[in-house]
Amino acid sequence: MTQSTASHRHLPNRLDNPFKSIVLSWESLLVLVAIGIFILNSMASPYFLNAWSLSDMTFNFTEKALIALAMALLIISGEIDLSVAAIIALASTLMGLALQYGADTPVLIAIGVGTGIACGAFNGFLVTGLKLPSIVVTIGTMSLFRGISFIILGDQSFKGYPASFSWFGQGYVWWVISFELVLFIGFAVVYWALLQRTNFGRRVYAIGSNETAALFSGVRVARTKFILFCLTGAMSGIAAVLLTARLGSTRPSIAEGWELEAITMVVLGGVSILGGAGSIIGVVLAAFIMGLVTFGLGLLNVPGIVMSIFIGALLIVVIALPILWSMWRQRA
Amino acid sequence: MKGLAKHREIWLGLAILFLLVIVTARFPRFAQPQNLLTIFNDTSILIMLALGQMAVILTRSIDLSMAANLALTGMVVAMTNAAFPGVPIPALLLMAVSIGAALGSFNGLLVWKLNIPAIVVTLGTLTIYRGLVFVISNGAWVNAAQMGADFIGFQRTVLLGLPVLSWFAIAVALLFWLVMTRTPLGRSFYAIGVNPTASVYTGINVGRTKFMAFTISGAVAGLCGYLWVSRYVIASTEVASGYELTIIAACVIGGVSIAGGIGTVAGVLLGAIFLGVINNALPVVNISPFWQMAISGAAILLAVVLNARGEQRRGRIILKRAEAA
Repeated sequence: MTQSTASHRHLPNRLDNPFKSIVLSWESLLVLVAIGIFILNSMASPYFLNAWSLSDMTFNFTEKALIALAMALLIISGEIDLSVAAIIALASTLMGLALQYGADTPVLIAIGVGTGIACGAFNGFLVTGLKLPSIVVTIGTMSLFRGISFIILGDQSFKGYPASFSWFGQGYVWWVISFELVLFIGFAVVYWALLQRTNFGRRVYAIGSNETAALFSGVRVARTKFILFCLTGAMSGIAAVLLTARLGSTRPSIAEGWELEAITMVVLGGVSILGGAGSIIGVVLAAFIMGLVTFGLGLLNVPGIVMSIFIGALLIVVIALPILWSMWRQRA
Repeated sequence: MKGLAKHREIWLGLAILFLLVIVTARFPRFAQPQNLLTIFNDTSILIMLALGQMAVILTRSIDLSMAANLALTGMVVAMTNAAFPGVPIPALLLMAVSIGAALGSFNGLLVWKLNIPAIVVTLGTLTIYRGLVFVISNGAWVNAAQMGADFIGFQRTVLLGLPVLSWFAIAVALLFWLVMTRTPLGRSFYAIGVNPTASVYTGINVGRTKFMAFTISGAVAGLCGYLWVSRYVIASTEVASGYELTIIAACVIGGVSIAGGIGTVAGVLLGAIFLGVINNALPVVNISPFWQMAISGAAILLAVVLNARGEQRRGRIILKRAEAA
């Protein structure tokens, strides 16, 4: 994102970045917030502390969190993808279309994930190949991808997915542990290892901290970013499979507004929107927190739109507090 | 050099003309003056919002909360009108602008004082403002029956052949042109976008200037809140949902660089009109409205690709001009 890389230029010194000094304690702060919300929830509603309730809760966030994992890497590298929800819509629509021609479960999944990868590659090509700012490109592809869904579906919907397909969104692996949750935890481990334990992950951080320096140290910046866009597309495709299987139908308005929720998870998880800093553990914690907040408020019959106030306030407060704290300390 | 800078508006103007010619070739009534004025009136709100957004984008920020601000202000004004029908329209207008400006300045304060990136701040306030619409209205709608006749009729009043709504767009565009080209504030928007460090050295308060940009975009969003609600005669939680991206699209098509520092009032005006013409032409040429989203998406992408080429050079030219000033 040119816009973000630019806005930290007027900071006197990157080392003084308040984001960086708090990153060590960020995860612990999130754990405290999560525990606090958990306790509040169990006091507020007698229905909360129940294995099945908690299992239901995970469905609130697993699909978005899967996208957030890849989005975290993309934002750390200094780019952003606003088209993820539109990719879900297009992938879901194409799966529905294939279903009309009698495709069975494996083909449907291949189409869903394949569409995601193709859309991600298209974004990646526009950003890295044509050197365009990702925020504008993905605003454009966001309209384009969802627009294609609208062209195909209009005001209709696709229904009648086979039971073997629905299992991916509704099935349980063991007792209350859903397939979605297992998949999310699996991917979280994979992304954690990728970011924290491989050369590829180091390159992602390097690009985000200083793209020019990374380029001069021999990092293939364009190729790395292209891969990250494809990964984000692939995760959106997987989320499309899960969501379509869970809902059992496809409308062009599916997953509307999810891009903002996924980005909120990433930023809440401590990833700097300016790039160069952040961790997968933080993002996973943020996903659980958002799930806990929405589910707890849901048990209290708070409407979804009001919940969004809490999410928005949480985002701003959690980011503002450490900054206010460091400003206060400097003054004292 | 100046000719080069003018190119983009000329090309965009030609593209709009081309669109009009194609549609008119098949449907002669499309290009009739009365219909063109209707299109302009339909686009008026988008024009104003896009101009407000331009001020923010010029300073290397972005305001994702404009549509939510619009919905919240629109709801407050509509509820005020429903509860106190006696409040005159000028008072309501003033109220809309001030509420909008207050909501915008909240964004601006967070960006200025806490140095939080604009995209994060407005992502947060987008959901907060939108949620507040639901809270203050309890999820209910304010509909035509509850709105006063003058509340609905004001912007439809025809003055010198144009509805008041169109006059608002013209006035706002003129005001923006004046501010952007004739005032220190306007020049500092450009200066910050081109080179924030250099701006600091020339004595510009970067944070405060960004704050001003957000307050301006908020004020415009507030004004459009009243205009939107009275135009579509409904105030609800879903008003203008997702519209923030259409606003940014109009800016981008109009040649505003998301990297800041580049963009003109004329360009944004044409960018918004381009989207307006497409939206109005689709039903005429019998293309399903469901095509609209994909077409505007493709238009955005095409615009960015075309923008990307000249941007680097033109950015430096503006910098030189700013240094000379």
